[in-house]
Amino acid sequence: MPVLGAIDKGSPMSQQNEGKVVSSELDGNNPVGRRAWLISAVATIGATAASVIAPSLLPAAEQSDTDPTRVPGRMPSPYGARASAETARRLTTATHSLTPHQSLHGIVTPSALHFERHHNGVPAIHPDRHRLLIHGLVERPLVFSMADLTRFPSVTRMLFIECSGNSGKEWKGPTGKMVQETHGLMSTSEWTGVPLSTVLAEAGIKPDAAWVLAEGSDAAAMTRSLPLAEVLKEALLCYGQNGEALRPEQGYPLRLVIPGWEGNTCIKWLRRLKLGAMPFMTREETSRYTDLMPDGTARQFSFAMEAKSVITSPSGGQQIEPGFVEIRGLAWSGRGAVTGVEVSTDGGRTWDQARLQEPVFPRCHTRFRFDWRWNGTEAILQSRCTDETGYVQPARAALVAARGVNSSYHYNAIQTWQVSPDGQVTNVQV
Amino acid sequence: MCRSKVAVSLTSFALLCCGLALAEEPPRYGFGRPATEAEINAWNIDIAPDGTGLPSGRGTVTKGAAVYAAKCASCHGATGIEGPQTRLVGGQGSLATDKPVKTIGSFWPYATTLYDYIYRAMPLTEPQSLTSDEVYAVVAWLLHTNGIISAESTIDANTLPHARMPNRNGFVSDPRPDLSKSMQRE
Ligand code: HEC
Repeated sequence: MPVLGAIDKGSPMSQQNEGKVVSSELDGNNPVGRRAWLISAVATIGATAASVIAPSLLPAAEQSDTDPTRVPGRMPSPYGARASAETARRLTTATHSLTPHQSLHGIVTPSALHFERHHNGVPAIHPDRHRLLIHGLVERPLVFSMADLTRFPSVTRMLFIECSGNSGKEWKGPTGKMVQETHGLMSTSEWTGVPLSTVLAEAGIKPDAAWVLAEGSDAAAMTRSLPLAEVLKEALLCYGQNGEALRPEQGYPLRLVIPGWEGNTCIKWLRRLKLGAMPFMTREETSRYTDLMPDGTARQFSFAMEAKSVITSPSGGQQIEPGFVEIRGLAWSGRGAVTGVEVSTDGGRTWDQARLQEPVFPRCHTRFRFDWRWNGTEAILQSRCTDETGYVQPARAALVAARGVNSSYHYNAIQTWQVSPDGQVTNVQV
Repeated sequence: MCRSKVAVSLTSFALLCCGLALAEEPPRYGFGRPATEAEINAWNIDIAPDGTGLPSGRGTVTKGAAVYAAKCASCHGATGIEGPQTRLVGGQGSLATDKPVKTIGSFWPYATTLYDYIYRAMPLTEPQSLTSDEVYAVVAWLLHTNGIISAESTIDANTLPHARMPNRNGFVSDPRPDLSKSMQRE
């Protein structure tokens, strides 16, 4: 295990378009044996150590007059920024931005790269002026300031948030070029806040309350009805993300986070909770975020994000070289913890278990890794995960057989990346 | 929190007897302050399917045509079909075909949702700017253009909940997980 850690450190700082680990051994597209793997490991560590410790080993042409060992570095700064050579960025459209999973390590999405989806822009809210109103079927309608909410006993959890439209374009065919396009509407953060149940208890839930309307303070006044008994279990009113306050685009200063449920239910800029006996039937749970079936009916209140995984490297748009390639990816389930991930390099004919990075949290991204040696012939890469309920991520054909191709949301089929003999990786469907 | 020992043991007794999972009253911290009627009214903009929350006011299809042309057509098209933004009209009978067209007329189950959504979120550049008469009117025009109400109709708090939406019964509850183990492994 310590050697594995060293490999992780020695890998390219950013994974974008990389994976060029040189090796002389070509023994087929097979899982890597431990001996060969150690040779690669030593080579990788050696190369990295050299580039960090002895910049003068660079070719003469690449040496500059700013040799960092000869000029004092910059002073401490009050709020850090990433290294200027790091360029991973969200891909933006008018309504959303996508996380560059091909460039990220581990399971935490940097707050600055967490995906965005909003229905009428990111509001500018001063936390001193923000209020949460709780009313409807409660004993005592109450108003809370942010200072009030942060006084309650708090909870911190590592959780993914996935838009139900993540991979939605793949229903119609292999559409996204990169994993950022196919799977960029999901991210993982460490979320801190107060349990919804704690705050609702303060207002006193009336016996006939069965649904809660959550409403945002944005220009869409984004609104969803949520079944009370379900959200009382795990939902959090969050003000913290990855150790600091929420980012504005993640709902600053207050966001509802419902572990494992589709992202739109995690209402951002939360300003109002109204308890009622029936669902409120807002546009976002009728016209939108319902899943149209081939028979013309639509599934409503399909909250849980089902188990899903994707190989983030090598992935679409990247280029690999023959030799050792660590296959890396993410797996997650809205119904609990991921219990296993299998990887196939032959289009699903054979499967091998991948290693899961511990700790594995429920309803959170789980990093998986698989040692592979690419022999330079065509390969079809897939990953398939299983969650603690026993649910196995389905093949595309099975998902389409059950739901057709017009349901827009909740596409969780196995993702396929094709590696061509020249090392190019592309999105295909099998 | 300041419950007497007798009350506690009575509760346990009741739990034992009838096996009911009666929850203990959770602790209270005394944070927050009571909301006033005025504060609640200022934010209480949701409209329920039975019409609860609908304000006074009314609108006709004719008035709605004017509101729509002035404030909506630039994004949704002259007749609600052309776009460039979301199509609002037509598509009835298309949901079970290869090319479903989801609109107010073909897909929306409740007419009250139109009032709720248009007031809270439209026009996109000026949400919550329409008067209740303007919202009722443009809702009337949209319902008429979708073939749901006649050209002479007036829409108000009494009539809106009764507009019969064609896809009212088109929604089913979530049956997932919907793929059997063998399908998953296919
Ligand atoms: C500046 C452009 C713009 C204007 C003006 C505008 N809309 Fe919209 N409208 C949109 C966009 C964009 C959406 C989709 C919003 C979303 O999905 O979050 C939308 C969505 C809608 C929807 C929901 C459609 C569905 O099937 O879910 C309705 C209804 C609607 N608009 C009605 C109106 C009405 C009525 C007006 C005039 C009072 C209006 N809009 C003015 C841009 C506009």
